[in-house]
Amino acid sequence: MKRSIAKTMALVGALAFAACGGSQNALDSAGVQSGRIESLWWVFFWITAVIYVIVMTVLAVAIFRRKRSDEKTVPETQPDPVDEQWTANIIKGAVGVSVIILFTLMILSFRTGRAINTLSAEQSPIEIQITGNQWWWDVEYRDPIPSMNIRTANEIHLPVGRPVKLTLQSLDVIHSFWLPNMHGKMDLIPGYKSTFFFRPDEIGTFFGQCAEFCGYQHAKMRLVLFVESQEDFEKWAAAQRAIPPAPSDPVQMRGQQIFQQSVCTQCHAVAGTTANARVGPDLTHVSSRHFIAAASLHNVRDHLKIWITDPQSIKPGVRMPMNNYTEEDLNALVTYIENLK
Amino acid sequence: MKRAVLLFAAVALVAVACEREERGFRVEPPQAARIDSKQLSTLQPGEPAPQQIVHNEYEQNAFALTEGKRLFSQMNCVGCHAYGGGAIGPALMDDKWIYGSRPEQVFATIVEGRPNGMPSFRNKLPDYQIWQLAAYVRSLSGQVPKDAAPGRNDNMQVKEPENSKDREIPNDATLPPSAERPE
Repeated sequence: MKRSIAKTMALVGALAFAACGGSQNALDSAGVQSGRIESLWWVFFWITAVIYVIVMTVLAVAIFRRKRSDEKTVPETQPDPVDEQWTANIIKGAVGVSVIILFTLMILSFRTGRAINTLSAEQSPIEIQITGNQWWWDVEYRDPIPSMNIRTANEIHLPVGRPVKLTLQSLDVIHSFWLPNMHGKMDLIPGYKSTFFFRPDEIGTFFGQCAEFCGYQHAKMRLVLFVESQEDFEKWAAAQRAIPPAPSDPVQMRGQQIFQQSVCTQCHAVAGTTANARVGPDLTHVSSRHFIAAASLHNVRDHLKIWITDPQSIKPGVRMPMNNYTEEDLNALVTYIENLK
Repeated sequence: MKRAVLLFAAVALVAVACEREERGFRVEPPQAARIDSKQLSTLQPGEPAPQQIVHNEYEQNAFALTEGKRLFSQMNCVGCHAYGGGAIGPALMDDKWIYGSRPEQVFATIVEGRPNGMPSFRNKLPDYQIWQLAAYVRSLSGQVPKDAAPGRNDNMQVKEPENSKDREIPNDATLPPSAERPE
């Protein structure tokens, strides 16, 4: 028991480091739309900061200049008309200035909202369908030729500078898709398809997050965006479309046998085999991914093992059931999975 | 005095609610002493063996029942049984039970499969999920407490939710059709 606690602690520590790898910051824009959102944010920030300072100064002056009253002073019964006039003028002026500032901010906000929703589609956009599940993202690249479709999970690869059209849907509860470096949030509503566009303009790794509370593991429903050069993207896409080679050595063959004969195939799919369920993430090229468990664990052998045997210790409530395998079988299974590239 | 009684009732209510929603993610599934499937013959040496009563705790647990409901769709039970009304497979919301209505009999039916189309889920689902499914299957005909049965559907459905279903008195067949002697 103690050892499993230590293991969990180590995993949590590793997670904290994993967060440092990429960027997840709305103020570090890497696309046109997030750039506009960022400038709007700074306009709001500076205007409200100045107002905050003014209000706080006035408040401080009022506090320190208050009349020191003691019991002997007689309270004023008749207000001074000059004072009254002054107060009225100040209130009128402040209301006027507030209205002007609020309308200015509102118009700026409308303009930004309109601008980020009209992304010029000079090139044909890449079409991706994203399905929200508790608690992972099903990613499907749509192509007019069905054999060119790519199905993966939690990790999106995109070529730099080309617009993307996302179709978002949910199979259970409301989720929200948010890549802060690219765009604002967009909700995934069950029974409804929402679309939105963005264009990544910088090469890099960006993290995203479900932004609508969706249950126990909402915080560990993350996704990663890899923005690459056109060549790198083509290379990745070609590898994803290929069917992984059949296992050749006995350990891997045993691993595949376990995979096919036990509970795995009820939810997961591996292209080229009889496993074709769509309940859980597609595992055809799982080892080409950098993370598992919706980008909450690095994709390494030890993590795979603990994820298969006791996923509930990492993400309590996750749909992945706990499994019992002998050490030998587990090794074979993990070796097989590691070769699904 | 009255206030004390009310307070006690409120606390008791809270406690009841906790039990109902308790989510044991790493608990052991209910264990049947042995899988007691329907006797497939009227013949046996001596007197018939007594029934072994198995208690499926998941039938009192709202979370387990909704998990069963989710699996019922995701594992494609709906493909044949529809949402309980039956299609190419028998209906599950009526009072007819070909292979027995008791929890362990439903469990055995799912694990072993049955002639004429019911697939076997042996080794294809962990035991605890089969117990969740068995609990949900029994909720379709109102065999579980109404305060634990699912109260809503995720999609539009013509049938009432499980917790509005009145209990059908199970009418277990004496012998399943697969065990009947040919005429």
